[in-house]
Amino acid sequence: MGASASDAAVTEGAPTRAAYLEVRDAGKQFGSFVALQRVNLAVQAGEFVTFLGPSGCGKTTLLRGIAGLDPPTTGRILQGGRDITHLPPSDRDFGIVFQSYALFPNLTVAQNIAYGLRGPAWPKARVKERVNEMLGLVGLAEHAPKYPAQLSGGQQQRVALARALATEPGLLLLDEPLSALDAVVRLHLRQEIRSLQQRLGVTTIMVTHDQEEAMSVSDRIVVMSRGRIEQIGSPAEIYTQPATPFVASFVGHSSRIEAVVDTPPGTVVAQGVRLPATGARLMLYGARVVCFIRPEHVRLHPHDAAPAGALMATVTGLEFLGPVVRLSLEAGPLRLLASIPPADLAALGSLADGKVAVTLPPEHLLVFPDDV
Amino acid sequence: MRCLALLALALASLLPAAAEAQQRTRLMVYTALENEQLQPFKQAAEAALRDIEIAWVRDSTGVITARLIAERANPRADVVWGLSVFSILQMEGLEMLEPYTPVGADALRPSMRSDRNPMTWTGMDAFVSAICFNTAVAQQRNLPRPSTWEDLLNPAFRGQIAMPNPNSSGTGFLTLAGWISRRGEAGAWDFMTRLHDNIQQYTHSGSSPCNNAARGEFGVGISLDMRAVTLRNQGAPIEIIVPTDGVGFDLEATAIMRGTRNLAAARRLADFAVSRPAMEVYGRYYALLALPGVEPTVRGYPAAFAERLVDADFRAIAQERDRLLRDWAARFDGKSAPRN
Amino acid sequence: MMSDAALSRPRLSLDQALMRGGLWLAAGFLAIFLVLPLGALLMRAFETPQGGFAGLANLAAYVTTPALLVAAWNSVWTAALTALIVVPLAFAFAYALTRSCMPTKPLFRAVMMLPLLAPSLLPALALIYLFGNQGMLRGLLMGNSIYGPIGIVVAQVFHCFPSAALILSVALSTADARLYEAAAALKASRARIFRTVTLPGARYGLVSAFVVVFTLVVTDFGIPKVIGGQFPVLATDVYKQVVGLQNFNMGAVVGLVLLLPAVIAYALDRWATRQRAATLSGRAVPLRPAPRRARDLPLLALCLVVAALLVGIVGVAVWGSLIRFWPYNLSLTLDNYDFTRFDAAGWSTVWLSVRMAALVAMIGSVIVFTIAYVLERGRQDGALPGMVRFAASVPLAVPGLVLGLAYVMFFNHPANPLGFLYGTLAILVLNSLVHFYTVCHLTAVTAIRQLDPEFEAVGASMRVPVWVTFWRVTVPICLPAILEIAVYLFVSAMTTVSAVIFLYGPDTKPASIAVVHMDEAGQASAAAAMAVVILGVTTAAKLGQLAVGAVVGRVTQAWRR
Repeated sequence: MGASASDAAVTEGAPTRAAYLEVRDAGKQFGSFVALQRVNLAVQAGEFVTFLGPSGCGKTTLLRGIAGLDPPTTGRILQGGRDITHLPPSDRDFGIVFQSYALFPNLTVAQNIAYGLRGPAWPKARVKERVNEMLGLVGLAEHAPKYPAQLSGGQQQRVALARALATEPGLLLLDEPLSALDAVVRLHLRQEIRSLQQRLGVTTIMVTHDQEEAMSVSDRIVVMSRGRIEQIGSPAEIYTQPATPFVASFVGHSSRIEAVVDTPPGTVVAQGVRLPATGARLMLYGARVVCFIRPEHVRLHPHDAAPAGALMATVTGLEFLGPVVRLSLEAGPLRLLASIPPADLAALGSLADGKVAVTLPPEHLLVFPDDV
Repeated sequence: MRCLALLALALASLLPAAAEAQQRTRLMVYTALENEQLQPFKQAAEAALRDIEIAWVRDSTGVITARLIAERANPRADVVWGLSVFSILQMEGLEMLEPYTPVGADALRPSMRSDRNPMTWTGMDAFVSAICFNTAVAQQRNLPRPSTWEDLLNPAFRGQIAMPNPNSSGTGFLTLAGWISRRGEAGAWDFMTRLHDNIQQYTHSGSSPCNNAARGEFGVGISLDMRAVTLRNQGAPIEIIVPTDGVGFDLEATAIMRGTRNLAAARRLADFAVSRPAMEVYGRYYALLALPGVEPTVRGYPAAFAERLVDADFRAIAQERDRLLRDWAARFDGKSAPRN
Repeated sequence: MMSDAALSRPRLSLDQALMRGGLWLAAGFLAIFLVLPLGALLMRAFETPQGGFAGLANLAAYVTTPALLVAAWNSVWTAALTALIVVPLAFAFAYALTRSCMPTKPLFRAVMMLPLLAPSLLPALALIYLFGNQGMLRGLLMGNSIYGPIGIVVAQVFHCFPSAALILSVALSTADARLYEAAAALKASRARIFRTVTLPGARYGLVSAFVVVFTLVVTDFGIPKVIGGQFPVLATDVYKQVVGLQNFNMGAVVGLVLLLPAVIAYALDRWATRQRAATLSGRAVPLRPAPRRARDLPLLALCLVVAALLVGIVGVAVWGSLIRFWPYNLSLTLDNYDFTRFDAAGWSTVWLSVRMAALVAMIGSVIVFTIAYVLERGRQDGALPGMVRFAASVPLAVPGLVLGLAYVMFFNHPANPLGFLYGTLAILVLNSLVHFYTVCHLTAVTAIRQLDPEFEAVGASMRVPVWVTFWRVTVPICLPAILEIAVYLFVSAMTTVSAVIFLYGPDTKPASIAVVHMDEAGQASAAAAMAVVILGVTTAAKLGQLAVGAVVGRVTQAWRR
């Protein structure tokens, strides 16, 4: 079971190594609108952390706070042990890639990458060397003299990345870096970003609303909603042990079932349907709960071979997704999603009349007290 | 850096050239004289006063007067030379003039110099309101040649006459003042009410009635006598008529501005302005000069011209100015729809 | 925990401090050269001529004058009528320039600017030659007189056309092709697409074109003075009070009344901006019109007619500068161009104007663009940005006469430490700059808003100071807009009359003033000739802009595909 938000920062951020980046009680208010509420977070050096959440959840606000573009109204931010809360962006140590890339359209690719390489530390020869190195790193060596408008979206994205990394920042911030790209390029680029990050070992924070993207590249994911951190954890933890109903419904697919805790312990009743649920064992009788179950955990049986306690369901929809088939089911008052390998579908042999028997394994039923 | 240097250069060129050698005293002279008169006047003055240089600021009477009054807190003009006496009296009322009796000013006609002692202004010459009559248009539309103001009331002139709006133009006020001096106030209002029926347009600019009469836009323009010369030289079929039933006149006058930084030089220019050589220059453009005994050389004026001028008490009229203009506006301004 | 430190104020970076400082400088500039002079003058609306406090007595006196309501109503309806004629016409013209495939677009684009390039006396003279009582085409008026509302509206339509067409062609050039594709896919008719996509897309442009035209007409006194006959409007009321009666108090009252359109325009503009922000999508696909005869030919015909009218009016004035005396001696001559015959200053007024206009353009484009930049890209907290923004929109609504008079009273005041500026070329330059500030400011803001809002953040993240980003990125990208501002200022300074008429000195008389003087002296042909010379200079500047733009474009705009 994942720990709740504020514990997570403490339990996971506290151990042996000091965190590279620490956010303590950060809050941000725009007028009367609260964009961030007492957010706590610790990021280890070299980690790839993703802020995930729907639009307006505060993930970009938090990122901009870390960058110093919109400093938080309360709380503190520490980077490498230094309090940077109120430092202007230029006094911090980070590189950033914006959703729009914000490439300078009037400068060539090489000039864009060299943009931050100035001052006595960067004699011309060294700048040239560094630019070539970065161009090689993102695979754009032959595009150096081109202007951004002459590049494809994916190439522009890589230029932005190279530009952000050129000054060797301790922290890389990515604000929805892939959202403007088409699906194939996106898939490819996110792996590239991940491998680049691992090669360079740069601490990275990415903001995205795409959970698949978050899952595939992150060491840890910070799920946010309405200005609050819902859960911090590895992709697997987030998926298998969501800390809140929000996380359970937002990350991955699931069917939502509203129910009331009943007797004997470990039983809930959802609109007259009795369901055994391991997670409800310690809950008070009569408590209102919401339960979630992942489609892949729903077990299907031929309706003429239903095990004891199975629900009878009607198939109302069927989607072929390649490796799996997703079925929409109506089991009495409950609406469920189930996914099974196509081969198993044939074994059910029941689609002619659209009837199927369903069991919900008690250990896979995620149960949360209904606060609302 | 190059850009900065350029900018600095540009900024530097904004300030007056300080290095300019300044042996002569430069007098800032505000005037409403006609453009073509500026050069001869300047030459005459500089020839007589070798150590003085005249720098003109010329504009229409209204604009120059407004500027002088607006600059009152910190006068820029040293001398006003060639401005309507009505404007001068207005400035006198605002204590803007430096009292000084120029050498020889006592010889001027008494009606054409300040009645104060020391004087606040001296006259140069008189100009009168007059009728600019387009003979080509007259022929075309069968208009009789007017020789009096009264003649303009003839219904044949309906919609043919333009005169300056006295609220916008000094010329307009001068004309109005002339009528009042001649006919008394009630008579003047009565005359103007009848004239109103024949008016096509009250213009904002004092020169426009004559200029546009010359172009045939109007058959008759009520304006000033000296307007016509330039126009006739260009080939306009225009006749200037000084009505025989009394015309309002205005003086061009000279005054020293209080607060001038060049008082000595300004006084010498004021002395020159009343001198015979100066009067001879005025006489090339004006028929009636302030200094008796100087024969004007300008042509085209009737012999008995001086007799046609109404007796005017400038100060009395100047004091009534605001009220008269308000009354005029109430009667004729904005009330009537534009006439076609 | 160190939670107490959470109360500490965010520290401004050097960049932010610089931007803030820049904004304060901008505020200072606008305060000294706009707000304070104007305020000092408008305060007179509440004073007696002797300088005592009059309260609302002047206002009351003015309101009870029956002529006021007539003049105000005349101002409003002629301005509204002008806007109603100009805006659709300019819209069609701009539509043809941006959304059709008609030939010779650049030519039309150049011709469109003609009215801006000439002093306003030029069209007025041309209209008198055409429609006056001796006019060549007076039959077209069917017995009506050109002197009055007809003349005012016709001349104002000519005068305001370029401003409206410019605004609208900018508004129409930023269309999102995807919206059109979507509408077409939904089988919307052309008329419906026009009504539901094109018009709403240009809504902001339409509003600001209307506001600009309305304000220009209400505040302009040159045209009503010359061709309005006795038709009273607010702007000539100012002239009457100030120049005719030397009553600055009443002049200030009318000037104050004339500021109302500015306030309304500002409110409308803010409203339209908010509407626009909501509809602007991040990644629009530029629309590239495809040839279609049924649309292109009528639009071409319309543009030809409009261009012919514009060229025709200017052509009549040019001809007017070559004849001896309208209408009685039409033999041709070049004598009118020998300006020393009419004005001792002769051609030197032209050189002075060129020098002054060049300075306005150089200094002005730097100041305008920098102020727009610190305003748009600096932090938006506090009241300062809003105040600067409002101040920048005021000059549009201030009649030149009022601004000129305000400058006299403010800068000539003995206690003003900037008094040394008075009587120099510098005061003419500054006055012209401020007089034409608003349009330039809007151009600069539009250009800056098209830039990615994160450029400065990227720079800061790489510790590149903001001025480097400004110099290496913002300025090069906006160079076409900066050039546009410079040329607009140059052209306006060449043609301006109303503000500088109170400010020029013996050695600083501009050519535009000489035009007025010659016309007043009855030398219409010479006045036309001088106006044509000004037109020649401004046209050269405009062509220069195109040439320089092409060269600079090749160097700095290579990135635009």
